[in-house]
Amino acid sequence: MRNSTNSAGTTGILGVGVYLPRLRLERAAVAAGHRWMAPALKGIARGTRTMANWDEDPITMAVQAGRAVLAWAKPEHVAALTLASTTLPFAERLNAAVVGSALALSDDCSTLDAGGSLRAGSSALLRALNSAAARTELIIGAERRIPKPASTGELLAGDGAAAVLVGPGEPIAMLRGAATAAADFVDHFRETGHTSDYGWEERWIRDEGYSKIVPGVVARALEAAGCAAGDIDHFVMPAALPRVNEAMAKKLGIRAEAVVDTLFEACGDTGCAHPLLMLAHALDRARPGQKLLVVQFGSGCDALVLETTERHVPATAPGWLDGGRNETNYLKYLSFTGQLELDWGMRAEMDNKTALSAAWRGERMVNGFVGGRCTQCGTVHFPSTRICVNPECGAIDTQQPHRLADEPARIRSYTCDWLSYRPSPPFLFGHVEFDSRARVLMEFTDAEPDELTVGTPLQMMFRIKEFDPLRGFRRYFWKAKPMRKAEGA
Amino acid sequence: MKMATGIRDRVAIVGMGCSKFGERWSDNAEDLMLEAFSEALADAGIEKAQIEAAWLGVCLEENNVGKTSGPLAQGLRLPNIAVSRVENACATGTEALRGAVYAVASGAYDIALALGVEKLKDTGYGGLPGRTRGTVTDLWQPNGSAPGAFAQLASAYRSKYGIGAEDLKRAMAHVSVKSHDNATRNPKAHLRNRISIEDVLKAPMIADPLGLYDCCGVSDGAACAIVTTPEIARSLGKQDIITVKALQLAVSNGEEAQFHSWDGASIKTAQIASARAYAEARIKDPCKSIDLFEVHDCFSITELVLMENLGFSEPGRAPFDILDGRYDRTGAIPCQIDGGLKCFGHPIGASGLRMVYEVYLQVLGRAGERQLPKADLGMTQNLGGHPHQNVCAISIIGRLGA
Repeated sequence: MRNSTNSAGTTGILGVGVYLPRLRLERAAVAAGHRWMAPALKGIARGTRTMANWDEDPITMAVQAGRAVLAWAKPEHVAALTLASTTLPFAERLNAAVVGSALALSDDCSTLDAGGSLRAGSSALLRALNSAAARTELIIGAERRIPKPASTGELLAGDGAAAVLVGPGEPIAMLRGAATAAADFVDHFRETGHTSDYGWEERWIRDEGYSKIVPGVVARALEAAGCAAGDIDHFVMPAALPRVNEAMAKKLGIRAEAVVDTLFEACGDTGCAHPLLMLAHALDRARPGQKLLVVQFGSGCDALVLETTERHVPATAPGWLDGGRNETNYLKYLSFTGQLELDWGMRAEMDNKTALSAAWRGERMVNGFVGGRCTQCGTVHFPSTRICVNPECGAIDTQQPHRLADEPARIRSYTCDWLSYRPSPPFLFGHVEFDSRARVLMEFTDAEPDELTVGTPLQMMFRIKEFDPLRGFRRYFWKAKPMRKAEGA
Repeated sequence: MKMATGIRDRVAIVGMGCSKFGERWSDNAEDLMLEAFSEALADAGIEKAQIEAAWLGVCLEENNVGKTSGPLAQGLRLPNIAVSRVENACATGTEALRGAVYAVASGAYDIALALGVEKLKDTGYGGLPGRTRGTVTDLWQPNGSAPGAFAQLASAYRSKYGIGAEDLKRAMAHVSVKSHDNATRNPKAHLRNRISIEDVLKAPMIADPLGLYDCCGVSDGAACAIVTTPEIARSLGKQDIITVKALQLAVSNGEEAQFHSWDGASIKTAQIASARAYAEARIKDPCKSIDLFEVHDCFSITELVLMENLGFSEPGRAPFDILDGRYDRTGAIPCQIDGGLKCFGHPIGASGLRMVYEVYLQVLGRAGERQLPKADLGMTQNLGGHPHQNVCAISIIGRLGA
């Protein structure tokens, strides 16, 4: 076991952002499907877990969480981006580069994928907060785990992403102390190429893992921060095992009321993202001058002691935990996660091979949703074109980049197409007009057919456009999501 | 310098043929081509060797005959003449006719052939086959179905004119019921059954609000025309000379899709191409001059908006005119007297020529059970692509001197 202890740095948390998929799978529906062979699951089948839509993955969720924090904190420049996840879609193709590109970060941003354990998110945050460099870093944890059907993990896991922006400026919270420990304590593992985890007995994990590894690391972090366990106002520890948080708080001497809700019942355990997500949740509730302890267990342990500043205000968009849509169809979940092969008919056989050379030429257009604004007449085009489309203008090579990703838009026409193949029929698409009057034919996502009307306000979401199962590729683009009251419409 | 004055009365159609449209399971494309060609050759009263050049229209060649004009040359054993293959989506048939007509008008050839064919029913499923929209376009544009693309017209139309969903759907239903009625009088039509308004309203949804009966059939078939000069037509002994009065093509340049001027409830290219066609044919008021017309009724809503875009109904009035029976067989200006794409069928490459075939038969008084009492001048409108990005081809065909 290797140890390290650090004292508080000068950089702080500038903002946090969370994204949870809209679909919330009712655990009772999952348990009902397995009742014939695993009746005991009923005992943990309370509440809902987030469920990525068919077109969501850790990359798309990370983009949403990143957009949330960037929109709130509005940094001038992001120098580094770390995407932490144990379930990144690409083993090779820098996942963080897709995210950075969709977030319109500049190409001098230092970009890294981090993974390997559930500590990938907390460790990335710890490193950024400890970094001596006075630069702004974005850490995003995103996860979409696919545990084996009928495992407790299937009920417990959730899909989601959380982002933390760290850097110099006016932080909402500062690092007071931190500690970490690496340990090849294998409570669960997943070999490359396998979809689901293999885990050991829970009692052993609790007694030999949590109980013996966490306290020492926490003690060192508290010591570095110069405070006592009793000073902690918010204790964040996403332990998947029942009642471990409460027991650990007691063992460490943390006040029982400081234990932060894991939110597992509402959204599930979002893996790497979860310490960041719980931190965001705790920061929403914390008052200025309060102390937070963030602990993440997994192949060792990370512990961070943070203190909110005077500037502290709730940083996440209100209602991020609510506003979902309950899903009771477990077969749909199995299909979305690729665990159930359905007969989609011949229309699903279309070859969606991506010309990588064309994708590179269109990289800003596709990832960044960047069109072109004619400097002569102001017409905004998507895609950008050499000749202005305005018949009164027609100027050549006058278009400057114009990003549509964050621009409000409305439906001009729509349909629910039951003929085309989509992994979640019907195929909803239509003509969309942005505030800049740019018009784009777009797919709608996270929408119900009866929500679509001419004039419906829309927000843009970065999503999977198509899968190419033949070659193991997926391509992304932006889709339009109807805005609802809970989401700020 | 002499200004171009258009094609009016410069080229005559001396022979036409059309295969039976439908699910021609036992036939190959060459069977369909030969069926249409044999009829046209006999109608023209010429020898195959007199044809000097030919145009083949096939759209989805990857699903049937493959590339090049070879399939026509080989299928008809044309004697090593010039053959070109053309493609302009669902307007391919009219494109083939344009090639042949302009070749004769130019004086390069005396007699030319235009043949459109599509062997579509080898895909294994209904509707048009899914396909790429282009390497770059596929990166961002939703690859929706044709009904999905045309259904957009309905939502925009409702919004623009404030018409309720049920009222619009009822007018759309009338469009389909009328075409089914007409097709019962057409032995070559794919679908020859009568349907009721209720059938249309109750049918399974394809792309809201287009149900099964709002969509045209996908068929196998071929149609062709043999064209020459009016002088040669006369020398061949033709009494009634049928000439081309106008041939127009308008293609979207991206304005509907990208610029903010299009209402989404109309086919802009149809407005442009029809205005040009009326001018070319020297028609002041199409409602008075056109005796019958065939439009690209791939979907009921397409036919509905085209009534306005071609100048037959005032903007916002098409649903009312349709429900009044103005375009029925017995109405003021019959539309789709042969059943249209809806019921005659839609073998893509053949459809434009099939429309011209109906006008040709009507003007010659050879339309049998569905013959109209007066038919001197008819019009066809053939559309390729989607409402926001398309090619629109128009022909006006009539009696020489009409």
